[in-house]
Amino acid sequence: MARITMREAISQALMEEMDRDPAVFILGEEVGVWGGTYAVTKGFYDKYGPERVKDTPIAENAILGAAIGAAMVGQRPIAELMTINFAFSAMDYIVNQAPKLRYMFGGQFKVPMVIRAVGGGGRQLGATHSQTPDAIFAHFPGLIVVSPGTPADAKGLLKSAIRSDDPVLFIEHATMYQVRGEVPEGEYLEPLGKSKIQRPGKDVTIVTYCKGLELSMKAADQLSKEGIEAEIVDLRTLRPLDMTPVLESFKKTNRAVVVEEGWKSYGVGAEVVSRIYEEAFDYADAPILRVAQKEVPLPYNRTLEQAALPQVADIVAAVKEVLK
Amino acid sequence: MNKEKLLRMYYEMVLIRRVEERGAELYQAGKIGGFMHLYIGQEAVSTGLIAAREPRDRVITAYRDHGVALNCGISANEVMAELLGKITGMSKGKGGSMHMASVEKNMWGGHAIVGGHLPIAAGLALGDQYAGNDNVTICMFGDGATNIGYFHEALNLAKIWNLRVLWVCENNQYGMGTAVERASAVDEIRQKADGYGMKSERVDGMDVMKMYEASQKAIQYVRETSQPFLLEAVTYRFRGHSMGDPERYRAQEEVKKWQENDPIGIFRAYLLKEGVATEAELDSLEEQAQAETDKAVEFAEASPEPGMEELFKDVYVEQDGW
Ligand SMILES: Cc1ncc(C[n+]2csc(CCOP(=O)(O)OP(=O)(O)O)c2C)c(N)n1
Ligand SMILES: [Mg+2]
Repeated sequence: MARITMREAISQALMEEMDRDPAVFILGEEVGVWGGTYAVTKGFYDKYGPERVKDTPIAENAILGAAIGAAMVGQRPIAELMTINFAFSAMDYIVNQAPKLRYMFGGQFKVPMVIRAVGGGGRQLGATHSQTPDAIFAHFPGLIVVSPGTPADAKGLLKSAIRSDDPVLFIEHATMYQVRGEVPEGEYLEPLGKSKIQRPGKDVTIVTYCKGLELSMKAADQLSKEGIEAEIVDLRTLRPLDMTPVLESFKKTNRAVVVEEGWKSYGVGAEVVSRIYEEAFDYADAPILRVAQKEVPLPYNRTLEQAALPQVADIVAAVKEVLK
Repeated sequence: MNKEKLLRMYYEMVLIRRVEERGAELYQAGKIGGFMHLYIGQEAVSTGLIAAREPRDRVITAYRDHGVALNCGISANEVMAELLGKITGMSKGKGGSMHMASVEKNMWGGHAIVGGHLPIAAGLALGDQYAGNDNVTICMFGDGATNIGYFHEALNLAKIWNLRVLWVCENNQYGMGTAVERASAVDEIRQKADGYGMKSERVDGMDVMKMYEASQKAIQYVRETSQPFLLEAVTYRFRGHSMGDPERYRAQEEVKKWQENDPIGIFRAYLLKEGVATEAELDSLEEQAQAETDKAVEFAEASPEPGMEELFKDVYVEQDGW
């Protein structure tokens, strides 16, 4: 196994799937000549040519609408949104078209496409360019929402997403492209819709995903030094949500903290906590806490932005609180 | 145009250049973060355009906004402070490079969603029409922004509602790394007005005098006829799209060729040739611009950061902490 970055893992998945299936092609802003805004598709244009690596105008609706149409007639487009913030400019296609067309027309066709989008705060990009709005998309039946937290999962889940016959929104985090991890070479698939224990523990359950995983792992290391062993469950797919590992862990630890980068109100944590209470209320020894972003649009100023984003120290404090 | 106004324009162009050169250094030094898009090479466009407006005419633009902010009369101090994320910036350090605005100067922002501000510009004009005045809204945007739906919806609306908007496309030949001819069905952005029955003109955006004259005519037309107008300024950005652009999409010879066509150089030659000013006068203006820039950096560096209370302020008008 090679130790590679998240960027390399995603790039590998894309390349392997393009090599495997000629129906797979990429379209989006600056994916070709530029090599991808985050250099994920560097070299693709030269390797696959402009037919399979399509630079588009700045036109998010056209990008996603065209991807949907091509998918309906049998291709497997991967549409890239330069950042997830521009999803709002094309919301109709993501939540109102892609997830509904098959159902509405009685299952006559499928929409096998992937929307890759980069999200997340922490880079001083200001309020419109820093969001983690994952929960919004997970609201809509018919859409699969994936957001990996490790390079291996990024590769395995993206390959599965490209092979999925349903539309998948694949959310990456802008500050995680340099994160390194062991990634199996060649054919390696991780199943969509399956949560995973990323760190075993016995005292408390931390439920999280994507950037939250990176932060929670650090928090768990600190807590471990104080004799607290946190079990970390990585959701990986937000819809469909696999609660089995979460519930199993909670029934063992009886205490939980949910960590997400997005806002707390109506967020991923709200969903997870409700489901734990619905299905394992009797196992709770303490109220479950959520660590999330402060309820403000993210400011440019670095100090303020960091104060608004969830930090490792917030997770440590929340864990200690539920263990009181 | 009188001498004072001409020299003022020269001063502004040089000031923009100096402020951005210092901005680039401060960015490299890690004192400015996020995205920063330099206007260097395009100074003639907003300088000529804004010189032709009355203060009551509103201005709205995209994220490449430092230049027009200075042209609108926002001080170099405030621009620099916003870049450094300080409380003394006009957006209190909460907006940064892409979000310069000053209601006092009738400058309604710096907007970072490509094309997103065009319907808002139509709205500014709608508000003025509703109020019964004849203010003109000047809306600036890039060539890339003319391929997104926002542009088409906004131009159509402005036409059918007779809104006083001067649409100004800064055609700098690229949207990030995508050349106009790779992204737009027509090479001349001006042509897009035809589909909306709107008058338009294409002007040399490297020549501030031509830019000024075309803008003045266009503003007058919009004000008097209550019809929108599309002005396409052909220009070029000398630097990358934003800081850290590998610039793989254009040849260095092409950049060099345009750099020889420097708008400040063109204007300087014009002022000398026409006998408007002497070398010494222009040099002295350059020194003043340098001094104002240095002072702005000092001011910004010495300014405090916004306090933690700012984090929750202005989310709502009604109540902080909602
Ligand atoms: C809706 C939307 N899509 C994509 C982007 C990313 N983006 C920022 S600037 C830019 C290029 C814009 O080019 P142009 O309109 O020509 O303006 P210029 O940068 O050349 O001044 C892109 C694609 C964005 N900010 N908003
Ligand atoms: Mg452009």
